Parts: sequence; structure tokens; C-alpha cells
Amino acid sequence: MRYIARRLFFYAVAAFVALTVNFFIPRAIPGNAVEAIMSKYPNLQPGAEKALEAMLGVGHPGSIWHQYWQYLGDVVHFNFGTDLIQFPAKVSTILAAALPWTIVLVGVSTVIAFFLGTALGILAGWRNGGWSDNSLAPLMFLQSLPYFFLALVLIDVFAIKLGWLPAGQGFDGSVTTPGWSLSFISNAAQHAILPALTIVVTNVAGWMLTMRNVMITTVSEDYVLAAQAKGLANRRVVITYAARNAILPQLSGFANALGFVVSGAIVMEIVFAYPGIGQWLINAVSSNDYPLMQAIFLVITFAVLLANLLVDLVYIAVDPRARTRSTR
Amino acid sequence: MSVVMPAATEPTATAGKVARRGYWKRLPLKAKVGAAILAFFILVAIIGPSIAPFNPSYQNPSLNASLEGPNAVHLLGTTQSGQDVFSQLLSGIRLTMVLALIVGAAASFLSVVVGVTAAFLGGLWDEVLSLFTNVVLVLPSLPLLVVFLGYLPQSGQTPTIVVLSALSWPWGARVIRAQTLAIRNRDFVAASRETGERSWRVVMFDIVPNEISLIAANFVNTVLYAIGASVALAFIGVADLNSWSLGTMLYWAQSQDALHLGAWWWFVPPGLAVALMGTGLGLLNFGIDELGNPRLRDASTARRFGLRWRPGEPTPVATGPRAGRRLPDRAPAAMRSAAPMPPAVEEGAR
Repeated sequence: MRYIARRLFFYAVAAFVALTVNFFIPRAIPGNAVEAIMSKYPNLQPGAEKALEAMLGVGHPGSIWHQYWQYLGDVVHFNFGTDLIQFPAKVSTILAAALPWTIVLVGVSTVIAFFLGTALGILAGWRNGGWSDNSLAPLMFLQSLPYFFLALVLIDVFAIKLGWLPAGQGFDGSVTTPGWSLSFISNAAQHAILPALTIVVTNVAGWMLTMRNVMITTVSEDYVLAAQAKGLANRRVVITYAARNAILPQLSGFANALGFVVSGAIVMEIVFAYPGIGQWLINAVSSNDYPLMQAIFLVITFAVLLANLLVDLVYIAVDPRARTRSTR
Repeated sequence: MSVVMPAATEPTATAGKVARRGYWKRLPLKAKVGAAILAFFILVAIIGPSIAPFNPSYQNPSLNASLEGPNAVHLLGTTQSGQDVFSQLLSGIRLTMVLALIVGAAASFLSVVVGVTAAFLGGLWDEVLSLFTNVVLVLPSLPLLVVFLGYLPQSGQTPTIVVLSALSWPWGARVIRAQTLAIRNRDFVAASRETGERSWRVVMFDIVPNEISLIAANFVNTVLYAIGASVALAFIGVADLNSWSLGTMLYWAQSQDALHLGAWWWFVPPGLAVALMGTGLGLLNFGIDELGNPRLRDASTARRFGLRWRPGEPTPVATGPRAGRRLPDRAPAAMRSAAPMPPAVEEGAR
């Protein structure tokens, strides 16, 4: 329990930092931000100035602390203000439409990459030498490919040259309409294959390499030798003795990796014109749609924190030490 | 361009250190390959722009010069506006490299400052700095970078460098803090303190020199990260789009629809260059890791080094011809007794 409480406190601090940064960045711009933005984009819709003023607290009564307090209240109620470009639309509406695309795509492919990479890493660490060593350099190469570049190549090969899979978008609007119908889901799944493949291919290597390294170290521990000496089946030794211990750093590395995966995935979405949150973030940046940009930053950050919290809970389930520490 | 020289010579200095006799010989093949790849890119970064056949921004006005495939005049073809891809690549490698090296140096410096301070001062300082480090680490960096850079005027490379450096130090700080905690209580540090050395001298002359290899590995990692992040940022368009980096090349290729025009020569070279630079740095880092942790060595390297008797180790057990097949054979006593690596204990272990 103490361990969980510590982690909860940590994520609360992280969330608080993200919220505060998000609040203060736009206010740190020197001069009158609203006028600066309005003069930069004369073709903004007339209501946009009001939305900007509301976001930046211009003309609001009260001190900056009062504004900050109000901002925190707004965030709690998912009230992210009005969008600048799609003017009357609420930012939260746009988010609600885009979020499921990214969560499903990134979530599923991260889990696939994690399990596949970890399994391969266990194998490579157990049978150190031979194929697993020769595959290091190619793996390193795959890992170094920028997501969006791999996406370009995959589209070029599978969509344009071979014509097997769609080149972009989340679904084909001329064939199906969004909803819980079989035709829509299969259509969306077909469109998700290449984006998911991109994430899996660039990530598998990372999980595999770290798992291999820890596995090699773990395999030479005395308790693994002891397990073998007891005559346990190889399979049991690998999974319950070596891999279970070797997987712990893998789980705690998740925090670092997840932020990286999400970052890569949102850039990749532009290449596929995927209707997810990354696409909106990039559009928001290029059109200086600040309210949307900031809301997306918050949503992504909170999603990552939440995922990390879940991984921490899994960690407690897998590592008995985490449990005993907390009862101390 | 005046900043180019000092930054570009930095890795050569490291390479020179690596090349010290014996050390180089002991370096695993992976690390050598990695160093060679890097050396090549550093060479390109230094001399590239001066041997470029064209000005990367020069737009050939003649119509047949646009979107040409690779040929004798344009080794890597041309863009839609008749610019020479090869010349852009040469300039792009330099800018991306310089940017990543500066970020690597700045972030490594921050890592050392934060990591050593936290571990050396301990107590409340440590709690606060560690918390701060972990918070920055867990926040997804790219959206944060985008939000920061979205507000800054995109002129020159300074905003990118500053913001990237400010966000890429925490991983290193954590590693260095852990190492400093281990060194802090060693006898030579205690001796130094007993003789009345000032704290900053203890840090500068006793602690930091003992972490040089860790700092180097961390530098390599940060450079790797900076390459990826700066390219991604430029690809989104949050960078100075008037300059030629590998990222801006990819940005223009994407925004001018190179993919659907079938102009693979436009986006494949910069992408491959990024991936190769990453591979070189990754291999180098992997090799450095193996030097420090002999158990990571692959079978062939282990055969060369694992059996050499070193003082303080039990007599090595010869491995049979089937080494690498079964566990007891594969992990000879000499290797098993190598400095045990404690399992990475996270938060809350203290």
C-alpha cells in the first residue's frame, strides 16, 4: 500500500507539473499575445479573438492565481475552451472524436510490440550467441528508423507499388460509415495495419535488446543454475526463474518507452493522414490553434501517466519485493 | 556556421581516446563498426557542404530538371523545384549532426550537475531533485517540445537546441545520481574529505573523473535522442524551415507529396542517413556497455576474452566445443564472478 501511495503521489506531482506548465507557457509570451496572434493570422474567424482572450485570461478580472484556479476547474470538467480554427466547435468535442483512434492504434500496437519483443529477448538472452548476436546490428538499424520514415517506405511499397493496403485515412468514407457495424470495424482494421506495423517494427527491437541484456545477466545467476540442477524442465527454468526476474527492469523502463512511442506515433499519424490526435496536434501547430494544441498536450500527458500507473500496478503483481516493501 | 568547427571536432576527440592502443583492440566488433559509421558521418559533416555540387537551395529553372531520378549530374536526383537532393543531403547531415552534438553536450552537462548534486548533497535536496528528474522523465517529450516550440518564433536553430537540451537530461541524471551514490562513500572520497578538500574539488577531481565512461555513454545516448527528436520536430514543421537539415528535407518531401509522385530518391536518402547515424551510435553504445559488463559480450567476443585470467578472479573453467549450448558451459566461473549487476531497483527502494 505504501508503495502504491508513493506512486500515486508521484503521478499527482507529474500531472500537476504538466498542468502548470500548460498554464504558464502561453502567458509567458511577451507583449499582448492575443493581438500578436490575431495580426499574424488576419484570416482567423471573427470569434477567434474571444476564444483566445478566454484562453489567455485577457480582460478577466482577478489575479493570475484566480485565473489559475479557474483553469484547474475547467480542466477537471474537461472544458478546454473553444477552438480557433473550427471556431464555434468545442475543443473537447474534437478531442472526443480523435482520441479513440489513437488510443486503440497506439495501445494495441504497443502491447503487441512489448510482448513480441520481450519474448524474442528471452529467447535471444537464453540462447546467447549465434543468430541472436548476428541480428543485433539489423535490429539496431530498425530501431533507429524514424517512425514517419518507415511509414513512408511502407506506404510506398504496400500501398502504392503493391496496392495491397490503403495508403492512409482511418477508414474509407465511401464504403462505410463510422459505427459499431462489422463493415466499419473491418474497414478500420484494414486501414490500421500499416500504421500498427510501423509502431511494432520500430519498437520490437528496443524491447528485445533490453530484455536480452537483462536476461543474459539473470541467466548466469546462481538461482537459475540451482533450478537447472534440480532437474526442472528447461521451459520452466526460463519462464518462472529467469524471465520473471529479468522482466522487472523491462516494466520499469515502460515509463520512458511509452512517452517515446506516443511521440513517434503522433508524428506518424500525419504520414498516414490518420484521424487521431497526432494529426490534430500537427494541424493545430501549423495553424497556431493554441487552445487545441494545449488541450492535446494535456490529454496525451495524462494518458501516458495513466498507462504508467497501470504498469506500476502490474509491477506490484509481478514483483513480490514491491509488496513486502510496502508492508514494512 | 562559425559554431560548426568546435562542435564537429568533439566526437573526434572521443574517437581519439577510444583509439588509444589496447583499448581499441579490446573494443567489441560492434563498437568498432559503430565508431566507423560515426566517423564517416562526422567526415561528411565536416567536408560535405564544401564538396556539394550545387547550392542546396538552388532551384534549377529548366522544367526537365524537376523530379529527375538519380543520374550523373544529380547523383540522388532532384526535388520538384529542381533542387539537388545530394547537395541537400550533405548540408542536412552537417546541420543535424551539429545540432545533435550541441544538445548532447548541453544535456550531458545538465545531467552531471543535477545527478551529482542530488547524490552529493543528499537529504531533502536529493528528494526534490530526484522527484523533479522523474517527473520530467515521465512527461511525453515530443508534445511538450511541440507546445514549447509552437510559441517560439521559428528562426535559427537556437529554440530547438535550447528546448531539446532542457528536456533530454533526466535519464542521464538518474544514472549519474545512482553512480555518485555508489562512489560517494568510497574510501578515496572519504580520504579526500578528511584532508579538508572543499566540496567542489571533491566533486570535480574525485567523483566526476570516475564517472567519465558513464557520462560518455550518456552523451552518446543523448545525441541519438537529439537526432531523432530534431528530425521529428522538423518533419512536423516546428523548426527553421529555411535551413537544410535531414528533418527539413523530409518535411519538404512530405509536404510536396514526394510519395505520391513516386520520387523515392527524395525521401529515402535523408531517412536512411538518420537511421544509419542512429545505428552507429547505438552500436557504439552497446559496445561501451559490453566493456563495462562482460556478461553482455556475445559468444564470439566472450571466447576471446572470457577465458583470459585476470587478477582477483577464480581460475577460469575451459568451455567445451559446445559452448553456448547449455547453461553451465555457457557461463564459465570467470564470467559469472564478474561484478554482479544489481537488478535495477526503482523508486521506493530507498
